[in-house]
Amino acid sequence: MIKTSDLVFRTMRIDHLPHIWCPGCGNGILMRDVAAAIDNLKLRQEKVVIVSGIGCSSRAAGYLDFNTIHTTHGRAIPFATGIKLASPELEVIVITGDGDCTAIGGNHLIHAARRNIEITVIVFNNNIYGMTGGQYSPTTPAGEWGTTAPYGNIDRQFDIPQLAADAGASYTARGTAYHTQQTIKAIQDGIAHPGFSLIDCYSPCPTYYGRKNKKGSAVDMMKYQRDHGVPAEQYAKLSDEEKTDKFIVGKLSQNEYPGYTQLYQQLIERSQERSQKKVYL
Amino acid sequence: MNNRCVIRFTGSGGQGVILTSVIMAEAAVLNGNKTVQSQSYGPEVRGGLCQAYTIISNEEIWFSKPEKADVLLALTQASLNKYYRDTVQTSVIIADSGLSVPGDCPASKLFRLPILETAEKVVGRLMTANVIAAAAINTLLDLFPDEIMRKAVKMHIPAGTEDLDMKAYEEGRRLAEKAKS
Amino acid sequence: MKKNVLMQGNEACVEGALKAGMRFFAGYPITPSTEIAETCAVRLPRERGVFIQMEDEIASIAAVIGASVAGKKAMTATSGPGFSLMQENIGYAALAEIPCVIVNVQRCGPSTGMPTSPSQGDYMQSRWGTHGDHPVIAVSPSTVSEVYTEAVRCFNLSEKYRTPIIFLMDEIVGHMREGVEIPDAETLEIINRPYSDVKGISKTCYHVDEGEWVPRMLPFGEGQRYNITGLLHDESGFPTNDHAAAKKLMERLMSKISSNYEDIVRVEELLMNDAEISVICYGGTARAVKEAIFEARKYGVKAGMFRPITVWPFPEKELYPHLSRLKHIIVAEHNNGQMLLEVQRAAERSVTVSFIGKIDGTLIRPEEILQKINEVQHDKNQ
Repeated sequence: MIKTSDLVFRTMRIDHLPHIWCPGCGNGILMRDVAAAIDNLKLRQEKVVIVSGIGCSSRAAGYLDFNTIHTTHGRAIPFATGIKLASPELEVIVITGDGDCTAIGGNHLIHAARRNIEITVIVFNNNIYGMTGGQYSPTTPAGEWGTTAPYGNIDRQFDIPQLAADAGASYTARGTAYHTQQTIKAIQDGIAHPGFSLIDCYSPCPTYYGRKNKKGSAVDMMKYQRDHGVPAEQYAKLSDEEKTDKFIVGKLSQNEYPGYTQLYQQLIERSQERSQKKVYL
Repeated sequence: MNNRCVIRFTGSGGQGVILTSVIMAEAAVLNGNKTVQSQSYGPEVRGGLCQAYTIISNEEIWFSKPEKADVLLALTQASLNKYYRDTVQTSVIIADSGLSVPGDCPASKLFRLPILETAEKVVGRLMTANVIAAAAINTLLDLFPDEIMRKAVKMHIPAGTEDLDMKAYEEGRRLAEKAKS
Repeated sequence: MKKNVLMQGNEACVEGALKAGMRFFAGYPITPSTEIAETCAVRLPRERGVFIQMEDEIASIAAVIGASVAGKKAMTATSGPGFSLMQENIGYAALAEIPCVIVNVQRCGPSTGMPTSPSQGDYMQSRWGTHGDHPVIAVSPSTVSEVYTEAVRCFNLSEKYRTPIIFLMDEIVGHMREGVEIPDAETLEIINRPYSDVKGISKTCYHVDEGEWVPRMLPFGEGQRYNITGLLHDESGFPTNDHAAAKKLMERLMSKISSNYEDIVRVEELLMNDAEISVICYGGTARAVKEAIFEARKYGVKAGMFRPITVWPFPEKELYPHLSRLKHIIVAEHNNGQMLLEVQRAAERSVTVSFIGKIDGTLIRPEEILQKINEVQHDKNQ
């Protein structure tokens, strides 16, 4: 019998657990981090919407006890955009993966970031297509391997937070399955931030990405995250040489550009004042 | 008015001939007639030739793509050259002054009115040519009562240009009266 | 009192939708539907509704479904290429039972085709565009007044049966201005989706009560917590691999349309009572057909017009009573013969069916239909 914490009882659909993810997968830990962040913020369950796309990450929606919608591949962000614009009082959180968010859904990602719509996108980034069995994704590093890269991957990888920030996201951060506390904090801050937030979370996939690329066991992959992820303030003190194999864990960027629903509300007020085209009814 | 009248409005993009056709259709609705209005779309309307039409009738109008026009308004030589063949012997052509009508034009009635010049020099705004044209067509063909035409014009002009457009309307009427007499 | 106003078909679509309660529009510009987006951009903020121009048509339909999940009556509008892009999510809305209206102002295709030329080439796509078996209702108007009233009906059907509705317009009607009789507000029936008052976690959000056809889930945010998915699901709303549960769901989805055929189907019959030759057509094509029918009657030809307004499901039961009397059917449509297949199926070889169509972006003219009527009249007399 698995002992479940109070948090799990409060935020998850116990009768749908255990989850389907492989042993050693980071998605379960990251899902718990999302739940902890929502719980810490004391958001009302009925006002939280979890939107997911398709892929391993997308199954998280079904396990979380909020308003949940499992949409089509790549389209979680535009579904979330519709929900948020229709009901701005809802807290809309997208759980997506590297393929879902940046390959098939890449255009939606940059445009939602550009609009700075007040949704939070959490990427369960495992550097591979897991659900379909190990094909290379936009975050599989060049030179690595996938079932569709049998001679080595020649595509370069996206830096997802950088991509989002350049497109206009007003909050970006990075988390990992290993750095639980920092990741919860990053997600929490991202949800609280009044604009488009993106938290890119490394999720070890020992089954496909790890095995294909000789990354060792699930534990080895977690150790890699531990040894290479550093908080921003420590990262700043590293020499250029030391930085080459390190990455920042925690907040990467933040600004105060107004959120889209806030701007849309102002647009509605402007439209009330202005007599535009003739009105028939 | 004849039972069914097809008016084709042609010119170059930006002259407002589509609005002229919409104003005529609006007047038809206000007058209790049946009407269908449509226009050319697509690459054809990007700065080049521009074409719209309004069908006015006392009966229901079903098929909506007329081949022949009873009235043809042409504000440029290019538009006249392209559309004059779509007229018949009884058609009326209303052309901006200075335009020359090809010799094989089927239409027997021609009015040359200085629409563009009046808009620019008398009213003071070239963009009022569309209202001048609407007033002139209505007067020449004796289609709708004046107050209905004025109302139709007012429904389709930008706020704040009412004085200017009513002046244009009067000028259009005057041009037509003069041409008729 | 009815108001008679000049309106473009595309504008009338927006005004009808607003009257039905549409308060969310997401779309992407595409000829010849763009005026619908432009009119929504002007009108919706004034009604405190939402207009958003999305990055593409896939995002547009996704946002529309999202807004509907949050309780808004939502619409998108597009044309051929965009309609193709929307297909996957239309299937999602059909399976997850999310009400929404998709307007397709058809243009000449395939591919980029002739964007400003009329066509009815998406008739079959509006039925079978998305993958898998799924329920469909598609409606096609032939006058600007009908665009207005049928837009209202599209929303009503969508809400009542919790299903996406294809409003299959065409360039002829979309770009035309006509006087529109705006019906009095009190004469227009406005239907809203049924809701239950269950609060808290809902484990039976897709349960359907005896005698009803659709589930009664509340919009997101109103206190009912449930799951929506595009996977086949049981009445809890969660994915299932149980074939009995899958069968139950699929059968209900199909039968909520087929069992309510009478409520959904609408046709116009013109001079059909004694007709021996019937022209079957829909949408803007009917305008040429009507002229031809009136003209043929002047010469004593017993011609009539049968016009499906609801084009899917195909109104075959309305056609059946005429079959024994009809000597000839002519199907007229701006494609290479799509509804033709449905008519042939319904007529089951009991009546000769001929076809007149155009796929070059030009219009079928009344005289061409009249000529066809004369041809078959001549054959009949031989």
